[in-house]
Formats: sequence, structure tokens, C-alpha cells
Amino acid sequence: MNTQARVIPHRANGRLRRIFGSWEALLVVIAIAIFFINTQASPYFLDPWNLSDATFNFTEKAMIAFAMALLIVSGEIDLSVASIIALASTAMGFALQLGAGTPVLVLVGLGTGLLCGAFNGLLVARLGLPSIVVTIGTLSLFRGIAYIVLGDQAYSGYPTSFAYFGQGYVWWVITFEMVLFVATAVVFYVLLHRTGFGRAVYGIGNNPTAALFSGIRVPRVKFLLFLMTGVMSGVAAICLTSRLGSTRPSIGFGWELEIVTMVVLGGINILGGSGTIPGVVLAAIIMGLVTFGFGLLNVPGIVMSIFIGLLLISVIALPRVFGSFAGLHRKR
Amino acid sequence: MDSALLTLHDITKEFPGVRALSSVGLELHAGEVTALVGENGAGKSTLVKILTGIHAPDAGEIRMEDEVVSFATPHDAAQAGITAIHQETVLFDELSVAENIFLGHAPRGRLGLIDKRRMHREAQALLERVGAQLDPSTRLRDLGIASKHLVAIARALSIDARVVIMDEPTAALSQQEIEELYVLVETLRQAGKAILFISHKFDEIFRIADRYSVFRDGELVGQGRIRDTDSSSLVRLMVGRDVDAVFPPRTAKIGEPILQVSGYSHPTEFDDLSFTLSRGEILGFYGLVGAGRSELMQSLFGVTRPSAGTMSIDGTPVSPRSPADAISAGIVYVPEDRGGQGAITGLPIFRNVSLASLGEVSRGGSMTGFVDMAREFALTEKYVSRLELKAASLDQSVGSLSGGNQQKVVIAKWLATRPKIIVLDEPTKGIDIGSKAAVHAFMRELAAEGLAVIMVSSEIPEVLGMSDRIYVMRAGRKVAEFARDDATPEQLVRAAAGIETREAAA
Amino acid sequence: MKISRDILLAIALLLLIGLVAMRFPGFATPQSLASVFNDSAILIILALGQMAVILTRCIDLSMASNLALVGMITAMTNAAYPMVPVVVLVMMAIVLGAALGGINGLLVWKAGIPPIVVTLGTLTIFRGIIFLLTDGQWVNAHEMSASYKAFPRAELLTLPALSWLAIAIIVGMAIFLSRSPAGRAMYAAGGNPDAAVYAGIDTGRTRARAFVVAGALAGLCGYLWVSRYAVAYVDVAGGFELDVIAACVIGGVSIAGGVGTVLGCVLGALFLGVIKNALPVVDISPFWQLAISGAAIIIAVVLNARAERRPGRLILEQSSDSSLPVSHS
Repeated sequence: MNTQARVIPHRANGRLRRIFGSWEALLVVIAIAIFFINTQASPYFLDPWNLSDATFNFTEKAMIAFAMALLIVSGEIDLSVASIIALASTAMGFALQLGAGTPVLVLVGLGTGLLCGAFNGLLVARLGLPSIVVTIGTLSLFRGIAYIVLGDQAYSGYPTSFAYFGQGYVWWVITFEMVLFVATAVVFYVLLHRTGFGRAVYGIGNNPTAALFSGIRVPRVKFLLFLMTGVMSGVAAICLTSRLGSTRPSIGFGWELEIVTMVVLGGINILGGSGTIPGVVLAAIIMGLVTFGFGLLNVPGIVMSIFIGLLLISVIALPRVFGSFAGLHRKR
Repeated sequence: MDSALLTLHDITKEFPGVRALSSVGLELHAGEVTALVGENGAGKSTLVKILTGIHAPDAGEIRMEDEVVSFATPHDAAQAGITAIHQETVLFDELSVAENIFLGHAPRGRLGLIDKRRMHREAQALLERVGAQLDPSTRLRDLGIASKHLVAIARALSIDARVVIMDEPTAALSQQEIEELYVLVETLRQAGKAILFISHKFDEIFRIADRYSVFRDGELVGQGRIRDTDSSSLVRLMVGRDVDAVFPPRTAKIGEPILQVSGYSHPTEFDDLSFTLSRGEILGFYGLVGAGRSELMQSLFGVTRPSAGTMSIDGTPVSPRSPADAISAGIVYVPEDRGGQGAITGLPIFRNVSLASLGEVSRGGSMTGFVDMAREFALTEKYVSRLELKAASLDQSVGSLSGGNQQKVVIAKWLATRPKIIVLDEPTKGIDIGSKAAVHAFMRELAAEGLAVIMVSSEIPEVLGMSDRIYVMRAGRKVAEFARDDATPEQLVRAAAGIETREAAA
Repeated sequence: MKISRDILLAIALLLLIGLVAMRFPGFATPQSLASVFNDSAILIILALGQMAVILTRCIDLSMASNLALVGMITAMTNAAYPMVPVVVLVMMAIVLGAALGGINGLLVWKAGIPPIVVTLGTLTIFRGIIFLLTDGQWVNAHEMSASYKAFPRAELLTLPALSWLAIAIIVGMAIFLSRSPAGRAMYAAGGNPDAAVYAGIDTGRTRARAFVVAGALAGLCGYLWVSRYAVAYVDVAGGFELDVIAACVIGGVSIAGGVGTVLGCVLGALFLGVIKNALPVVDISPFWQLAISGAAIIIAVVLNARAERRPGRLILEQSSDSSLPVSHS
């Protein structure tokens, strides 16, 4: 009966037009514009060592943002990430007091992140509670535990070998954190865009019921996503602790909002279902460039945050207001 | 009572790929009940949505007492005095009964505040009028479906509607509640309201309606006074065509039993259901909307768990705890709610089709492996071409397809898992004639290949035309089973409405 | 009869107070409890505003920033023009706060941006504007006029004006949410947005209105906060938006919209207030407070989820599915 069936082409024409009309293309334009403005604003901007230093203000956040991106694509969110940093850092400091060396410190940092992620995942994926409320709760709980342990004290005296994670250079101006940033970007890119797991994440974010009916183990996938976000927070905690050389309970305070901003600016739909890792990479670079540029001009960080806030709202509002005009596509 | 209160002329409404209504007319008279009869997908619900201001017609006019009206929003329709009581009551679970009745037009007291005492008093009076012994301050979520209906009817009375649309109001009610509802309809009629009564149940149509209009495939095919007709001529009008001619002939040989379900029960949705299904067989499940058929199927598919009963496939007991388990046991379910549970409209066709077979299109055969896009496209092509999908490209998003083509993508998705048993829940609901025929032909093909097919359908010709055996459910229980050649449309309607079986059960 | 959630929460609160009072009877005296209430007043007011927003299925993360910005503006106005009467400053705070809330509301309503994104953006923008206005400078107590600082402390019938204001707002919100058509529309728009359209409710407008209410209350709290602590700076009430949401969640306001009572919300805020005030009394380090409120949020959300579990379609004929009422039994 299907002798006459038409062959349907795999891909529609006009791929090029779609690429140029994409969210990521818009971000590239913004990034180039800010880069250009920065070169005009300060002669020190193009110095390789300055540029290298500037990467520190986004690499750690971006590592978490990549995992968070998958979580938000699946329709959930984790607001406790910065508190996981605080708790993981505190746990490492505690282990340090007991005489732990660098390898143990790393394991403690990763393990704490894993446990925190598992706790969030349990509450959201297994008990079916709303992630925004659960993670506001664990945001208080995790950092609260750090405060109970540390109070107004601080841990310091991390071993020299531990300093490498946040202060080390792999080659010339290339820092260890930069390498980690690129590596995690690649890992999460592959996971989201090239594996069956990634397909399942998009499916869940678009229509959780249909995904469940398609045989996807939705609770398990969500649990794994919380676990990954927790582990990446642990990784960021190692880098940040190593860079600062000390642990205070206020470490990374408020980062959760910057990380969510990075993810949303990167074109991930906050309601789930669409967005790409390259978008988040670009958003991280844009936020880094803005911070660095304003820094060179001696503009305080808080003014930079106004700019990021305006960027966030306008970048999302403009395509909606002029939707048909701009014709921006969000890739899935 | 000669001139109509509400008149519809040449109303046409098209949706992408489907013409839901083609120049239909309808007259509603004050103090009379007009029954609107038709199969699912005949255009009844589209008509209701036009009358209540949710859809605007593409062509045609609506007149109220010779004055042309148009409803831009549901609010306009309510202002004009049209109100609808839906089969799935759309009210507010967290608000009280009184508030549900008066939301949007509550009596106001000083300072423009809601006068609660008066609201409760008036709600009480309305509830008494509809014979409901409800406390106006009860929260709606604490009520059963029947009581919610009564609240909806009280709301209709409260806005002093002139036209009341009742969309299958008795679908989920017990016999006693139905009797109470009839009294209520009588009250409304006495009060001079024009009532549009949508129902599948012929006994109630003949009991309470004054006039009838029959829709088929979006067209008006007959109307008149109830006293001038009988149920068999209504069924003929409704079904219209010669049943056997439209459906593809049976070619499959029925093989050995594959699925055995016995004593399946659920605390609130269904009770003690048993049946056997064989390879190459198409088993039709007929019943009214809300008879518990979908709930049973979703339980077989692992979405909910039964409280009692067993299921075995090929003699091996299975108790799926999730759809993933069911799929690996070889049973798949194509849901009725295409947009909500079937298609992922935001994703492209090929990603929809591969979603249930991610292991198969990934290297290493597990979900965490890399997706082999060549394999993914090959899989998609294989199944969508069998279903004669019409699309511009395989990376087109499913949301941009017509209903019929969306359904083909959804069926392709589950077929790609190579199941032994496929459950199709209202597989042709709301899709165009061409796609319907393709789906029907395809079901036959699957059966001929030895697949066991369960078809849940509320369309009598489909049930009679496609099934080898027919299982009829009412209110969560089995009420009859027919071999295909023994069943007549009237028998099915009567069994599903619980007319004959009442004596049989007693 | 089913015991309502609010009553359970009230019992938990009384138990908490009782527990502390067992070791330190002084904690349960009327004066002490009144001071706990006064200390929680700002949180209560903000939580009521947040509740209005959450009822409509939205969320406002910008409330604390709104508070800080408006508080700073009133302080600067007072420092520059000490002769402006406090009443005018209070009115100004409410109007400014409402305007800031209106920005959120319009972006949600007209531009269709998810509320969490909008208020994440305005959270940073509002606080950033304070820096632009002040260049990071503080407004200190000595720059503020005496009347500016005195108003919240002024005692009337043994209670400070701040407490009276909170009581007035509790009563006002109770009337607004339960008795005004606009208030009921918030429950309807969040509880079942599709059905709300049938009932002639404009969901978008209702949401925007909720943001204006939340903004107005945040603005008022801006003045109250700054005058009470007699200092204004960029980081005033930093992170307080989460405490406000926590109070709502503990109070049983469902993040999914449509569910929540004024009483529950007030009890939720008081619960956090009691913990905060009790810790020093029972000699537990105040550093425990954050973890305890986190644990309280998690416990509350677990309990809420249990209470909200919905039944299925109930197809089988059952005695409960008749026209007789099934509650009150």
C-alpha cells in the first residue's frame, strides 16, 4: 500500500537562514559588540594576561550553569547551587582540619556535592515536590549547616598542591579553570545534544506526560540531573576554595541568581524544553566580558549587575514584543 | 413558541487540516429542549465552543431574537445569556460552592465588597432550586462529580441565562442522579430557557427532548421534532453510511491468546475486569465517555497500578510499574489525549518517533550512548512512510502538522518499539476522513502481521467496522461482550447507557 | 471534621513557644510575645504581598530589592528635605513601590515573560539603581529627622505603630482577598486559569494587579525597615526575598497557585519570627537560624504536598459520589 508514498526529506531547506536567525547568532553579535567596545574603552583590555585573569569571573559559575541548563531544559530548577558550594567548601575545610591531603579534599568536595544533589533529587524526583520551593529550602539548609559549623570563623591553610585548581596555569596564560570550563562545556554539549539521554531531557521538558508514556523513566532522569548539578557545584566549590585559599560560610553568596541568569540569557527557556549549551557558553563569555570591561573602567560590580539585569529582560522581551519581526528561532 | 430564540446560519469553522463544521444551522427555542446528536468528531463540541465565545466561526451568523450577535470572548457570550455546563466540569476546586456559583458576578455590599452573607443566602436558594443539599461554604474539591454538576447548573441559573448548553451532563452520573437531573431540565424548560442538550443516550433524548438536530462529519444531516422520529432512524442519521463498506475487510487470522487480564480492579476507577486477547485480533472497547476504559488501559500500561487482578503476556505474568516496563514487556498505549500525552508538539518529527526507542537508535544500545542520527532517520522513515505521513520534512515540528498527521507520528513512535500488543485509545478522534481511513487500513495491516490490537472507541461504526469482538463498559464495569457479527448499533448504545443490563445484573 | 492546615500550624507555633517557655518562662509573657510580633511585622507584610503574587501562579523575587530602593529614596528625601512630613514620605513609599511592582506586572502581562525571569532581572536592577543614586554611600541615623525615625516606634495602646500597621494590613488583606472581586479573581486566576477565562476574568490583568499590591507593600516596608533600623545602604534586606517566600511556603501557600490563606501566611511569618527570637533565648547560636528555616521550608512543602493530593475521576459509583455533601462528616 505504500508504493506511492512520497519520500519526505530529512531536513528542511534554509538551514543557513535558521542558523543566522538563531538565538546563538544574536548572542555572538552581542559578544562581539561588547568585545569591540571594551577594546575601545581601555588599552589594557587586549593584554593576554588581563584577559586570562578575566576568565575567573565566569568559569566557575559556567561549570554549574551547564548542568543547570540541562536541569532547566527538563523543566526543573536548582536554586541551592551556591549553598552547595558553601557546604562543600566547609566540608573540605573540616577535612583539612582532620589532616586531609589534596586528593581527599577533592573527594570530600565532590562527595558533598553529590550528596546535596541526591537530597534535592530525592525530594523533587521521587516525592514529586516543586523544585523551586524545595531548592529554596535547601538553599537555606545547606548554607545554614555551613554557618552552624563555621559561625564567623574561617578555614584556611589549604596545601600548596590544592592551590593548583583555582590558581594554576596549564600552559602560558591558559588556566586550569579554563581547561575545565572547556572540558565541561564539551561533556554537557555531548550529553544534551548527542545522546539518547539528552533527547529524553528535551522530551521531558516539552511534555513530561508524553515522555513518561514514551517509556522514559522521568523520575530517574530528573534525579540524575540533580545529581549532576550537585557534583558540578562540588567541582566549582573546589576551584573557588582553591582560588580564594580559604572557606567562609558566605562563600559564593548569591551565585544561584547569577547562574540562572547566565542560563536564561543563554537561550534556555525557563519553562523548559528548549535551549542549547553553546548558547550558555556564549552567555558566560558575555557576562565575563561585561564584568571585565566595567572592571577596567573602574565601574563597580553592582552597576554591571544592572546591565546584566537589563540585558536579561530586554533580550527576552524584545523577540516576544517584535516576535514576527525578529523571527528568532530557539533551537532544540 | 414559533420563532427561535437563538438561530445559527451557515456556520463554518476550519482548523488546520480539518473542516470541523461546514455551513451548519441550528435553532433553539425558548421553553424547549433541543437534543444535539452525533458521533465524537461530528462537530458538536466545536459548535459549543462557538456558542460560548471560545472560537469565532470562519463564516456564518448567530442571531439572538433576530439580532445578529458575535462573541469575541467567553465573557461576551455569558453577557448575552448563554451558558454551558461541560462534561468535564470547569470550575475552581479551591473555592467554595457559593463562590463557584457567583465568581465574576457576586452580590456586592458596602465599599464594593462581596456581600458574603447575601451570596451564601442566594447560593442556598439556587442550590435548593436544583435540589442539591449542599452547604454553600463547602470547598468544591470535597465534592463528587455529580455535585459539581449541580453547582455548575446553579451557576447557570445565577447568571440568569436564556440559553443553557448541557454537554453530556449525565455521562458520569448514577441512575438516581440522572433522574434528579431530568427534573432539573424540566424546571429550566418551565422557566422558559432554551436548552441545547448533547447526549449519546437515546433513552434520555426521547424522554426529555422536544426537538433534535443530528450532526455528522461537521454537517447538519437532519432535524425535526422528537415525536416524529424514533431511535433507529436517529441512529441511521447519526451513523449515516453503510458500516461495512467504509472499513477495510478483515484479513487477519486470529492466532493463539497473547494477553490475559483477569480481575483487574482499581479503588475508584474500575472493578473486576477480565478479558483475553489473541494475536491478529482487534478487540473493541465501547462505552460512553467516562466509562473507565482509558483508565483501564493506562493501568495495563503501568501509568497507574491496579489494586487487584493479574495480567499475563504470552503466559508470563507481568505487572508493569511504569510505561517503560510495559513497553519492554511488549505492550504499548497510544493515548486519546494526543496533545497532552501523545505528541511532543515542540519537537521535530524524527525526535518524536525515536523517543520511545532511544536505546535502539543509540550506539551501544543504551540510552546513554551516542544517538546515531542515520539510524534515527531510518527508523523514522520506515514507520512514517508505512502510515503515509504528509510532512514537508522530518525535522518539521510536530505541532505544525494537522491532527491526522500528528496522530500518525504518535502511532509511529509506539510502533517503532515493535510491540506485541498495541492499545489505541480513540485513534481517529478529531482527525480528517483521509487520515481516518489510513489509520483503519493500518490497524488491519498490523493485525494481519500478528499484532494483537485493542481499540478504545466511542464511535459505533468504527467499533462495529473494525473489531473482531466488542467489550462494553459502563461506570467502570463490564456490561456486555459481543462477537462482531452479533452486535447491532442499538444493542451497543443500550448496553453502554445501562438500559438492558440493569435488569440483567439484578 | 478535617483539621485545617492553619490550625495545625497554629498548634505547631504554640508548641514551639511552649517549648521555649518551659525553660525560659519570660519568653511567653505578653510583652515578650508582642515584641516578637513587632519584630516579625515587616516579614508579615511582605509575605502577604508575596502571597497575592503566588496565588496567581507567579513569583516575585524582587521584593527585597524594591524595599531597599524605596527605603533609600525615602531616607535621601528625608535627609535632603527634613521638612517633608512623614505621612507624605509613607505615601510616596507606597506609590513608588507600587510603580516598581507595576513594572514587573507589565512585563509579565504585556511582554509575556515568565515572572521568575522578570523579577530575577528587576532584583538586580532595583538594587543596582540604589548604587547609582548613592554611589555606595550610606544614609546614617544622624542624617534622618527625628520624626522619620520615631513613627514606627510610636506607641499606641502599648503596641508600637509598626505592629498596628501590620495588624491593619493583615485585616485589609483578609478583606481584600476574601471579599473583593479583584481578590477572589486572584484565587481563580491561579487555581484554574482556563476556567477563569470562562468566568470572564482577565488572568493577565489579575497577575499585574498582584504585582502592584506586592510592590506597594514592599515600598511601605522600605520606609519601615530603614526608619526602624535607622540606616540605609545598598545591601539593606539583601536575600530577604527568600525569607518572604519561605514564610509563604511554611504558611501553606501553594507555589502552584490558587491556594493560601491570610491566616496561614501570617502564621508562617510568625513561625520564622519566633525561631529567630527564640534562638538567643535558649542560647543557641544565631548561626542555626538559616538551617532551621531551611528545614522548616522542606518539612512544610512535604506536608503541603500531602494535603494537596488530588483524587482521580471517581468513576465507580460510590456513596460519596452522590449529591449529598461529603465534607463535614
